[in-house]
Amino acid sequence: MPRLLIIIISAVFVNNFVLSRFLGICPFLGVSKKIDTAVGMGLAVTFVMTVASAFTYMVYNWILVPLNVEYLYNIAFILVIASLVQMVEMVIQKVSPALYSALGVYLPLITTNCAVLGVAVLNMQENYNLLESVVNGCFAALGFTLGITLFAGVRERIAHNRILQAFEGFPIALLSAGLMAIAFLGFQGLV
Amino acid sequence: MSKLIDGLKRGIIEENPTFVQVLGMCPTLATTTSAINGLGMGLSVTAVLMCSNLAISALRNVIPSKIRIPAYIVLIATFVTVVDLLLQAFFYDTLYKALGLFIPLIVVNCIILGRAEAYASKNDPVSSLFDGLGNGLGFTMALTILGVIREFLGAGSFFGIQILPAAITPAAIMIMAPGGFIVLGIVLATFNHIRSRKEK
Repeated sequence: MPRLLIIIISAVFVNNFVLSRFLGICPFLGVSKKIDTAVGMGLAVTFVMTVASAFTYMVYNWILVPLNVEYLYNIAFILVIASLVQMVEMVIQKVSPALYSALGVYLPLITTNCAVLGVAVLNMQENYNLLESVVNGCFAALGFTLGITLFAGVRERIAHNRILQAFEGFPIALLSAGLMAIAFLGFQGLV
Repeated sequence: MSKLIDGLKRGIIEENPTFVQVLGMCPTLATTTSAINGLGMGLSVTAVLMCSNLAISALRNVIPSKIRIPAYIVLIATFVTVVDLLLQAFFYDTLYKALGLFIPLIVVNCIILGRAEAYASKNDPVSSLFDGLGNGLGFTMALTILGVIREFLGAGSFFGIQILPAAITPAAIMIMAPGGFIVLGIVLATFNHIRSRKEK
């Protein structure tokens, strides 16, 4: 149990996916202009990352390891993730059209979100068991959601301010992300 | 011939994937803690990009358009696995350990899938190869510049050679996570400034 707690704190704060590990920067910069869309993206990623952690664990330990083809992990993982995202998209479309139209645009983008493949590879490298992998995937994604939501709040404020022309758009966003990352540095040494 | 050189120039300068299109940000921020890491990451991506552009362009009439994205991803993942194993075999201590997680993550680098979809799926193999080389070198150049700046500010060295006297303490934060965001932000703003002055 303490081990799980350490994984949770480490995944959300100490090694926050966007602000410390640099995973999932594209959606972090791309869909963080409004808080609503940022939360939607965060929750969609959380769902996919939790399920992907479980599936990639099973594929790696129950298929690749017995067959002695561990070096194929990258190809196997990306196929699992791509088909998972496709499946999630179809299920949501059938079950809840409202949620589908809210998330619609972001769902296919999740396949190329490096946070999903990143968490799968990290789980493998850290030798987590099935439960630890799922917990790590879920809370790393919640850390991503926390980061992108806070950042969207900052950017909504920035939009109302006058900024030097050269800094408009990405540069000012990156500088604010840098300041947020300094704040998250304070969590170092917590675990 | 001039078309090939145009492709190179477009990738390196006019449509530089990092500074102009702002693509592939994760490795750009994560692996530029030193000049040599940035250069290594850039060259690994260049190798994958050239191979994937060549293969996808050669197969462009065979792959059905409905399943083209999964097919591209499998092709790219294959080349990434090759690069991963080569780095592990020959550059384990110098590069592989430092780049770590970001080698397998080349698969989801948007530059590679972007070039496959935007260029290689519509053009002949030779010009696709040069397009890959140009974009790869543009990416490598950007990563090396960022790596040089961050290494100088954060560790006081240039490609591992100490150049600042020991009396000056370097700002270690520049090679940590916040430094990545801040240096990239300032470099992008500088590029914007230069471009807007040229237009005037």
